[in-house]
Amino acid sequence: MQTSVDAAGYGLPGHLVAFVGALRRHGIAVGPGETVDAGHVLSALDLVRRDQLREGLAAALLRRSGQRQSFDTLFDLYFPAAIGAGTGEVDVPRLNDTAHGPVDIDALRDVLADLLRYGDTAALADLARAAVDALGRSGAAGTGIRGDGGQPSWSAYQALRVLSPDTLLARILDQLRAGRPPPGRLADEVQRREVRARIAAFRTMVDDEVRRRSAEIRGRDQVERHAVPRQVEHVEFLTAHAEQLAELRRIVHPLARRLASRLAVRRRHAKRGAIDMRRTLRRSMSTGGVPMRPSYRTRRHGRPELVVLCDVSGSVAGFSHFTLLLVQALREQFSRVRVFAFVDRADEVTRLFAPGVPTAGVMTRVLREADLVAFDGHSDYGNAMAGFAERWGSAVGPRSSLLVLGDARTNYRDPKPAVLRGLVAQARHAHWLNPEPRRQWGSGDSAALRYAELMPMHECRTAAQLAEVIAGLLPA
Amino acid sequence: MSGNQPPLFGSVSDVADRLAGVGYLASTAVATTVYLADRLGKPLLVEGPAGVGKTELAKAVAEATGAGLVRLQCYEGIDEARALYEWNHAKQLLRITAGQGAESWDETRDDVFSEEFLLPRPLLAAIRRTDPTVLLVDEVDKADVEVEGLLLEVLSDFQVTVPELGTISASRRPFVLLTSNSTRELSEALKRRCLFLHLDFPDAELERRILLTRVPELAESLVDALVRTVRVLRTLELRKWPSVAETIDWGRTLLALGLDTLDDDAVRTTLGVVLKHQSDAVKAAAELGLN
Repeated sequence: MQTSVDAAGYGLPGHLVAFVGALRRHGIAVGPGETVDAGHVLSALDLVRRDQLREGLAAALLRRSGQRQSFDTLFDLYFPAAIGAGTGEVDVPRLNDTAHGPVDIDALRDVLADLLRYGDTAALADLARAAVDALGRSGAAGTGIRGDGGQPSWSAYQALRVLSPDTLLARILDQLRAGRPPPGRLADEVQRREVRARIAAFRTMVDDEVRRRSAEIRGRDQVERHAVPRQVEHVEFLTAHAEQLAELRRIVHPLARRLASRLAVRRRHAKRGAIDMRRTLRRSMSTGGVPMRPSYRTRRHGRPELVVLCDVSGSVAGFSHFTLLLVQALREQFSRVRVFAFVDRADEVTRLFAPGVPTAGVMTRVLREADLVAFDGHSDYGNAMAGFAERWGSAVGPRSSLLVLGDARTNYRDPKPAVLRGLVAQARHAHWLNPEPRRQWGSGDSAALRYAELMPMHECRTAAQLAEVIAGLLPA
Repeated sequence: MSGNQPPLFGSVSDVADRLAGVGYLASTAVATTVYLADRLGKPLLVEGPAGVGKTELAKAVAEATGAGLVRLQCYEGIDEARALYEWNHAKQLLRITAGQGAESWDETRDDVFSEEFLLPRPLLAAIRRTDPTVLLVDEVDKADVEVEGLLLEVLSDFQVTVPELGTISASRRPFVLLTSNSTRELSEALKRRCLFLHLDFPDAELERRILLTRVPELAESLVDALVRTVRVLRTLELRKWPSVAETIDWGRTLLALGLDTLDDDAVRTTLGVVLKHQSDAVKAAAELGLN
């Protein structure tokens, strides 16, 4: 807050500094050097061209691909395309054709359907702007009259509920099909997906527009704090919604690749061990006894076996799913991976994570095909581990690393720490990954602190944290 | 290094026009960053999926500005001798043998470590050129971390230090473009010296124009259908999304087969051109109702 107040006094450079501050608050590390670059960018570009300014600043300030979404949202907040209602081409239809009367929703939906049918992006953005403005000021027909004097209120939820663009899909498709020869199934499917994508894009436009208008009323800083999407690597597993989880799944492979290449570097460095005297002298024969090419003792790396024991109950499903996918993607780094899932009973699910098995929907298959519930489907760590130790206890041997995934919330049932102590003693390494924030461990029905006494427990709230922990666990 | 060499481009739209003139259709992002890289004299780091035209961009910039293209292809295990310079050992030996008995040690030593026996590799070559130069460091993520350290000196000061000869500075700063498929995270130090461009799949309009430029024989309706289908394929969860290069291949394939509409059968038979993994092809066929 302080920075923006101060910076406001320094014109454009001050504004840039405030923008950089906002980026930093959202986890994008921007150094002073980059800020200076951005300053050069401002002076080299024509500031009237907003699209060029956006790309130019992105080039100077960003260093990774995943940061673009946060950047774009913040850019829109700090360099808004318009002020107030702006001037658009699209008029919102009103009841009785008055200038400030309630909005005629049916007519508005007709306009929206037309624009979605042709996919005119610029016009759709104008419509989003006008619709948010009109709905926020005058309200929709039939929802009570709002006078001109009332305080306008911007709400994406309200706007999208009255417009409900998703319900337009069938209608738009019918209109597109009308009067044409029946297309093939493929063309039909392509069309359906295109219109769906346009509808999704329109929803984002409404969101962006509401964010911009709210920033004008409530102040940029407050909106920035709450309404800017986080980078997907910093999204908390336990509070992520479906869309973020889908996005998380998409970063599994890049993440695994990054981890694997880091390991490869670590291995290459470790390869150079002490000099092997005997082989070096033997080699020096060909160069007349001068040891030109020293030979090193190579170290052999055993690849560990990994046993994953994973809570898949609803409360931590997003986290376990992501972690299992990551383990699967890192499969080459282990000589053998066995995966066990549990709710209140454990079962082996390794076959579902075999290489080549499609990863989509794997969690539903785990829940459907494995025998995970003995009583009521609430997680029971004590019981599940006892069952695991009894049936598959031998899977954990002196070469294996044991990885437990879960929040250790055992619904006030007996956590049976003795069973886990036995498993930990059998394994070479044991680690627990917990998606809950550390300060909540041990609160309520959480047995986290009791388990943490037996084995190292790591806080894994986000993909970034998980990557750090996994990198530490992997063989080197 | 000459501080005030004339910029290659006059404005962002000038970049777009001249690149288009050599057959590279640039988006706003590409045109803006190329313009800035030239104006600010910074290297440009281009990251993005394979086949979106990262390497093509360097070639196009070289062609559009009439500059020479010097390319350093990185691979695992590339080292100084391949990237920077190397002494021509064989020639040095010949020289020593030829002058045996007639010369003192000092003379010989000074002579064999002179320009004549230096084999310049791409980085040094790019720096020593006096003509306009585009230096392309391709797939820098494949190289080891040590090579990045080597690049730092070259990219920030545009100079190379050869112990026996001293420091060689660029008489004319080359336009540097680095590409990366992000198989590994590049070091912060390297990234900070560059402008960053994430080159993604182009939008529909641009892809249509690219396809028309590359395969002008295609009918416009077919181009439209192709681009729309490819864009839908990119929304599926596939192991490898089709890139622009694959769209172009697909267009050429349809042309070669003499197909003029993209109906279900045509897609079914040619899907392998755009989707390189069997599992992707199966999945796409199922999701798009081709079975």
